[in-house]
Amino acid sequence: MTARALINAPKEAKRGEVITIKTLISHEMETGFRYDNSGKLLPRDIINLFVCTYNGVEIFRAELHPAVSANPFIEFHAVATDSGKLEFKWSGDNGFSATESVTITVI
Amino acid sequence: MVAHHDTKRATRRGFLLGAAQLAGGVGLLSIFPCSESRALPDMLQAAIKKVAGSAPLLKGKVKLGLPPMVENGNAVSVEVSVESPMTPGDHVKAIHIFNEKNPQPNVLGVRLGPHSGKARVSTRMRLVTTQQVIAIAEMSDGSFWSDAADIFVALAACQEDPG
Repeated sequence: MTARALINAPKEAKRGEVITIKTLISHEMETGFRYDNSGKLLPRDIINLFVCTYNGVEIFRAELHPAVSANPFIEFHAVATDSGKLEFKWSGDNGFSATESVTITVI
Repeated sequence: MVAHHDTKRATRRGFLLGAAQLAGGVGLLSIFPCSESRALPDMLQAAIKKVAGSAPLLKGKVKLGLPPMVENGNAVSVEVSVESPMTPGDHVKAIHIFNEKNPQPNVLGVRLGPHSGKARVSTRMRLVTTQQVIAIAEMSDGSFWSDAADIFVALAACQEDPG
């Protein structure tokens, strides 16, 4: 399964600056409460965990439930400490896993 | 005789007026339910207890940003911000978002810390109907703060044809 992930984070930030990170990933987030046209219950298929690491250190973690909209959008903040890599990982039902990363230069 | 008749009319008018006021009052109550006094569903209470334990939920510090009314419940923007200096000694450890009437009470639970800089998180959620949304923040000192908001949903989520 390929999922398209979009990250919006500044490429450059001053040391100590609070940056805004916006993440969006394509995923249906099937709730497990809907029926198809033949009346069969559609099994739950959601992303249930999102983790962001900054140079290997976890800075943000979110547990998602079926009430999160399709194509989950999460916006959060972080203090720019060092230049390096922001890594994002989504995981969920049916072995779903997706990763994305961006680099940041701290001046 | 005429006077008697008038009194009777007055009484009936008074009764009708009183009844109308009562009905109006009840109507107002159901349109603007008081968040404080409304009993929360058992499932939601259990979900909150799982997060906060028996700690009291304090009012303040947390601000739940929610539109008062949405046309479509499939993607409702929600923002939770918490007043906190976000220092190692005093920061927000977690933010949880709950809903009142969806099949499941949880929406999103995030963990943050002093490295977050700002205790603010946004997402988009599904709402099955007009209801109350609750945000709870867990502080580093072990206290829990909450905010609640009512939202009117014109078109429910989960009702569209999955195709």
